[in-house]
Amino acid sequence: MIYLQLLWSFIQIGLYSFGGGYAALPFIQQQVVNIRGWLTLTEFADVITISQMTPGPISINAASFVGRRVGGLLGSIVATFGNVLPSLVIILILAAIFDRYRSLKVMDGILHGLRPAVVALIASAGLSILFLTLFGSEKTAQSLADISFYAVILFAIGFIVLRRKRINPILIIVGSGLITLIFYFLGFNF
Amino acid sequence: MTHTTENYKELSKSKLFWILFSSTFTLSAFTFGGGYVIVPLMRKTFVEKLKWIDDKEMIDIIAIAQSAPGPMAINTSIHVGYKIAKIPGALVTVLGSVLPPLITLTLISYIYDLIKDNEGVKTLFFGMSIGVAIVILDAVITMAKTVFKTKNILLYLIGIVSFVAIYFLKINIVAIIIGSALIGVASLYLKKGDSKK
Repeated sequence: MIYLQLLWSFIQIGLYSFGGGYAALPFIQQQVVNIRGWLTLTEFADVITISQMTPGPISINAASFVGRRVGGLLGSIVATFGNVLPSLVIILILAAIFDRYRSLKVMDGILHGLRPAVVALIASAGLSILFLTLFGSEKTAQSLADISFYAVILFAIGFIVLRRKRINPILIIVGSGLITLIFYFLGFNF
Repeated sequence: MTHTTENYKELSKSKLFWILFSSTFTLSAFTFGGGYVIVPLMRKTFVEKLKWIDDKEMIDIIAIAQSAPGPMAINTSIHVGYKIAKIPGALVTVLGSVLPPLITLTLISYIYDLIKDNEGVKTLFFGMSIGVAIVILDAVITMAKTVFKTKNILLYLIGIVSFVAIYFLKINIVAIIIGSALIGVASLYLKKGDSKK
């Protein structure tokens, strides 16, 4: 029954993630981490990291990765199929309607209300990942000792660099990883 | 490849499907960085190179892709396939777009299981996740600037209420999506009523 669970979870992720790219993040987190417990929050953050460096949308990447780990090769295919199924059905319906009426007034209204909600949802998922790296937990630090000052400083520097210089985000991600690895080999304790 | 818009209807079905599949497969396999990178490249292939779709149709296709849930790149490729060869075409292009990430991430998931407990790998991922947090929050700020630049109080309210509902109250995000979509539709029709006065 693991295949049905994978199918249904990724159908929902595909169905509700309006807005492309990061919009799928909060839904993947809800389904895969919170509801099903297929990944820990750390593994979820790792999947996002891997997704940034491999081709394809985050949700497809997550479906293939999670599906394989939970249900083997077939699981990978089932989860990915579930993830694109809503797109397939909805795009075909919208294409047919659009060909007939040439306008989608109701869609404008839906998107008008959705955009700020989507930004808020992505912010929430982004904060879980941020706090996980800074405090080692999803919410706030239990005590001062939990805070990784190294992570806080690297975050602040990286954030300023990205806002000012608009360099390729992959450079920020790989750079943060390599700098941390260098400190690790120098014997630095995070 | 030298195909032009006039002749794609004269191509044999198998040739047509092969070109649809190989084009979307290549685009998907060699494009890093999500929908906003792959969609312009798709336009280059199908509008400029193959000339199977004109620019106006492509704009409509992108608009619809943005209106629907799911990844932009997948939505766009489904619609391009449908435009050229109806439902079979859509199935071929979605397969072409999905296979590269499906194969890549399935392979990576095996490797990940082997190396994830290595201390060096853990450290590398810890460092990179700081980078990921930077990139996501940067994207959030950029998106927020676009959405909230209209100075529409309703939009601010939806944003704030949604954030509190998901982050602090842990309300199901599906309820938030449906609720804000309904408010959006309602506000559109109320505005229409205003303009009639």
